[in-house]
Amino acid sequence: MNARTSSRIAALGASALLFVAACGGQEESSGGDSLSGEVVTDGSSTVGPLTTVAGEFFKEEQSGVNVSVATSGTGGGFEKFCQGSTDISNASRPIDEEEAAICKKEGVEYVELRVATDALTVVTSSENDFVDCLTTEELNTIWAPEAEGKITTWSQVNPEFPDEPLELYGPGTDSGTFDYFTDEINGEEGASRSDYNASEDDNVLVQGVSGSPNALGYFGYTYYEENSDSLKAITIDSGDGCVAPSAETAADGTYTPLARPLFIYVSTKAYADEPQVAGFVDFYVENNAKIAEAAQYIPLNDDQSSELEEAAGALESAS
Amino acid sequence: MSSTIATEGSSSQTTPQGVDPDSYNKDPAGFLRQRRGRYGERVAMVALVGSAGLSVLVTIGIFFALLVPSLEFLREISIREFLTGDRWAPTFADASFGVLPLVTGTMWTTVIGLLIAIPFGLGAAIYLAEYAPERVRRFLKPVLEVLAGIPSVVYGYFALYFVAPTVLNDLLSVEVGTFSVLAAGLVLGIMIIPTVASLSEDAMSAVPQSLRQASFALGANRMRTTLRVVFPAAVSGITASIVLAASRAVGETMIVALAAGTQAQVVSSPTEPGQTMTGFIAQTATGESSPGSLTYNTLFAVGLLLFVVTLLMNVVAGSIVRRIREVY
Amino acid sequence: MASLGAIATAPLKAKREGDKSAKSIVFMGVLWFTIFFSVLCLGTLLVNAFFDGWTRLDGNLITRYSSTVLPETAGARAAILGSALVIVMTAVLAIPLGVAAGVYLEEFADPRRWYNKIIEVNLTNLAAVPAIVYGMLTAGVALSIGLPRRVVLAGAIALALLILPVIIITTREAMRAVPREIREGSLALGATPLQTVWRQTLPSAVPGIATGSIIALSRALGEAAPLLLLGGLVFVSYDPNGLFSGYTVLPIQIYDWVKEPQLAFQQVASAAIILMLGLLLLMNAVAIVIRNRYQKRW
Repeated sequence: MNARTSSRIAALGASALLFVAACGGQEESSGGDSLSGEVVTDGSSTVGPLTTVAGEFFKEEQSGVNVSVATSGTGGGFEKFCQGSTDISNASRPIDEEEAAICKKEGVEYVELRVATDALTVVTSSENDFVDCLTTEELNTIWAPEAEGKITTWSQVNPEFPDEPLELYGPGTDSGTFDYFTDEINGEEGASRSDYNASEDDNVLVQGVSGSPNALGYFGYTYYEENSDSLKAITIDSGDGCVAPSAETAADGTYTPLARPLFIYVSTKAYADEPQVAGFVDFYVENNAKIAEAAQYIPLNDDQSSELEEAAGALESAS
Repeated sequence: MSSTIATEGSSSQTTPQGVDPDSYNKDPAGFLRQRRGRYGERVAMVALVGSAGLSVLVTIGIFFALLVPSLEFLREISIREFLTGDRWAPTFADASFGVLPLVTGTMWTTVIGLLIAIPFGLGAAIYLAEYAPERVRRFLKPVLEVLAGIPSVVYGYFALYFVAPTVLNDLLSVEVGTFSVLAAGLVLGIMIIPTVASLSEDAMSAVPQSLRQASFALGANRMRTTLRVVFPAAVSGITASIVLAASRAVGETMIVALAAGTQAQVVSSPTEPGQTMTGFIAQTATGESSPGSLTYNTLFAVGLLLFVVTLLMNVVAGSIVRRIREVY
Repeated sequence: MASLGAIATAPLKAKREGDKSAKSIVFMGVLWFTIFFSVLCLGTLLVNAFFDGWTRLDGNLITRYSSTVLPETAGARAAILGSALVIVMTAVLAIPLGVAAGVYLEEFADPRRWYNKIIEVNLTNLAAVPAIVYGMLTAGVALSIGLPRRVVLAGAIALALLILPVIIITTREAMRAVPREIREGSLALGATPLQTVWRQTLPSAVPGIATGSIIALSRALGEAAPLLLLGGLVFVSYDPNGLFSGYTVLPIQIYDWVKEPQLAFQQVASAAIILMLGLLLLMNAVAIVIRNRYQKRW
């Protein structure tokens, strides 16, 4: 190895660096049938998989478009959305006043599209043999802020349950599921005990709940559906008997109060300026039923579908 | 073998370009530094010095990158609440910022890890240093090196899908849920066995043969010699290796992120789930973290605590090592 | 005197009498058990990963992207390419800087000066900083200079900073192994110190530096924590294309899959683990081959 070889290697390294740098960046095509570029989405981990599936199907048609899906939680997603960092925000609850005000201040205009329905499911492990139905009062007993540090065994919830430790799993505070659940069950959005296994990643919750017979958790219906062999869905009694979560009960309104709409919020600017975003959103709307089925979500009924098409039309005319 | 410049023969013909042999012999590095010469070489020297200075810059950078958001954090949360509070719920409506739960999580996993790593690591070290025939050595050292080189994400997978369900629940009948500090701690211990083993073995090999020979001469067998002579002589190096291994355990992220759980509570029993400082950082970082927000600053405050703790441990280990170097 | 000398310098073998006592045997047994435990753990880990994942060691693993709908055919293509790109960039960043710093510290720095002492101590401490802190450092720096965090370049910077101390230490040791005669001969022939380093000392130290660098890079290949900090946990289903592209790497892809509860994901995670371990083994084997074949014996 001499100086000539050393300098050859240095030259090789430098050219490799230049080569790599030259391939930088993504480019968008202008017009034509083939689209390319990136569609940046972030937000709810409940809606995230639906958008991911939509992105995968869309890629089969338009291989040059990359749909990236991050899951910072509904709240986190809106933060980024209102800063203009994302094109689409996945949300498992509607945008609230504060967030809407921030978006307005930053000049981000959007259209709300309801893309699916969710039957928020309370689950235990399939090995759990003592609870099948919980009333909303019992749920409140378990999850209220006052329960922190005090309600630690099942028998405290209902004397008929065994005296086993209560192992709780649930979404973190950025999650729209968290917001929705606490609003409906505890009466105030964000009001919850804090001593449980909190994670924005619902898969972690599934793992946790399925691993112990004394565990209890809640998350979107699709996560229960996909893991129904290791999980048991608890039927909810809000005064009219125990109702199990399903597409039917969510659609006809008997699964209350935990049936809820799922949204994507599309930035009108992104839709107008970036053809790949427009293409993706149009695809999402048109193939909504197929996507929901493939992802094991509860699809929209006919009325809701036509509402979706109307709302999407607003996007087109705004662009 | 002499490594000085010879001064035989007539000086002006054998020494090139005014090289003064005496000045080289007295101070080789200084001599090299004087002979800088050409302009291009000055530029090259600057580049070299700059690169070395970069390492200092990195440390300063770490301090600043961690310190600035932490100071922002301390503007809102008192340092007393942070360091002594026992409720960690930074994102909830009724927020608390007491870091003790995370510290207990870290302590549990580290202690359990050390309970595994110390006996097994020392055992391996003693065997390698005192007993192992060459063939076994050639087999064993690579095994330890492979153990050391396995990425921590693989260990995390091992903890979650094998140690927790099969080893703990089935084989040992210890009832743990999916997540527990026990499962994470055990696997963490396995990961740091090589650290303890290799550093302790170095320490024991550094003990001079004369001590062993003296012990044998006095009639001790090998076990006695190892335990009563070599081990005490190497104890500082062994202690340093343990402290360093503990520091690695404290800073480890992926194993605890996958297997210890996300329940930030003051852990009172190893079968409970718990969250460590690194686990909290990993969890928060993968969620929403917009710069300037309290959550972001909290993340960096915990990061600063982590950095300070591991730095202290490394400094302690380093000073122990430096003390024993003087003895021999 | 001769017999005393013979006793003193006799090879240390176990004295038959003392080492057959019950306690000694138990002690040996304990030691063997500790060895056995380490080997057992390693074996179990590898066998476990293999059994879980061998069904997924198919072409799909390399050619297809990750998928939420079809975990049975999901692949790690984005992660493999991402890892390759990131490691190349890390090498480009870390090796020149590390070697330069090592050269300075070993050849030109006066160890008695205070600033050089600080650099030395600093280096040993940096080598032991947790990996995740390097991610936080890069995140903080990226933020202040406006560099986006979720891009290949930021990840490469974080990993380069992580392995920089190791490369510096490796370079120094490799250069230390080169005998003084080489340097002196070069100086005697009229070369300047820098020419000596560049043309004589450094080339002789290259095998050692290469070995150490490859091992350091293999460590960087397996790191996930710093890249997590930089936002690497986005679902990526495309090839990275450039320094400012989104990306994912093998350990993060594995982390993602391990967290999914379905069995199919557990299988593909194990398959990816086998793949990654294979790559690491390959890198380490290359490093050892370089050391054995090219290392000069002085």
